[in-house]
Amino acid sequence: MTIIGLIIGLGIAPTDHQQGNSYRIIFIHVPAAWMSMLIYVVMAFWAAIGLIFNARLASMLALSLAPTGAIMTFIALWTGAVWGKPTWGTWWVWDARLTSELVLLFLYFGFLSLHASIDDVRKADRSAALLAIVGVINVPIIYFSVKWWNTLHQGASISLTKAPTMATQMLSGMLIMVFAFWMYSIAVALYRCRTLILERERHTTWVRETV
Amino acid sequence: MFYWSNFSDFLNMGGYALYVWGSYLVTVLVLVIEVLRLRSRNRALRKTLISEFNETPKN
Repeated sequence: MTIIGLIIGLGIAPTDHQQGNSYRIIFIHVPAAWMSMLIYVVMAFWAAIGLIFNARLASMLALSLAPTGAIMTFIALWTGAVWGKPTWGTWWVWDARLTSELVLLFLYFGFLSLHASIDDVRKADRSAALLAIVGVINVPIIYFSVKWWNTLHQGASISLTKAPTMATQMLSGMLIMVFAFWMYSIAVALYRCRTLILERERHTTWVRETV
Repeated sequence: MFYWSNFSDFLNMGGYALYVWGSYLVTVLVLVIEVLRLRSRNRALRKTLISEFNETPKN
């Protein structure tokens, strides 16, 4: 799927008349940026479930999602910077969208380091969950930042309410890439979760029988 | 069908090669590192668990 998305995105789609071929970064920038927000919401959801119902597996799932989310945020920021250089003439500006996405990266780091700094895992789960839940407020700020403030970052190219303002081939290439990023994130997070379960449940008999 | 007429045009990306390929390369690199590190962590854990279980007999 990634390969199909890349062929359409890099090979077939026409060039953007305003930005030339530098726009081809969009095929990883937008999926990564979406994933960075989505993973955060999912992570906070599972962290909340783990906190409220004292469910161990939910907390493990939240912890499994965090590194992948941080990586997606990093990719979004990196590709954004590399895209900003030829388009805006600068790697970085303290624009609302960019700044709030950077805050998201620090929220992921905060979640992970807070978790790592507490020895008792369940206590760590609970404290990190609180941080994650409070941090959710940042996600709508990122999403709507291009509307609320007059930013350098362009507005959304795709929304649920109106027809997308891009060529069909660009759109299909990008949507395929979005699904590819979904699949990647789900697979990696679940794999990490399996590792975490083995780590934490190492004293149970079923682990002994499985490995 | 393809936008590019030849391969070197494709590599050149209309003069934006450094930016386009720079972002793609870093993305691929980061994702590959994530998967590799996770895999080695999983394998190391399984290894230690197996040796632990072999040392302590089943009760």
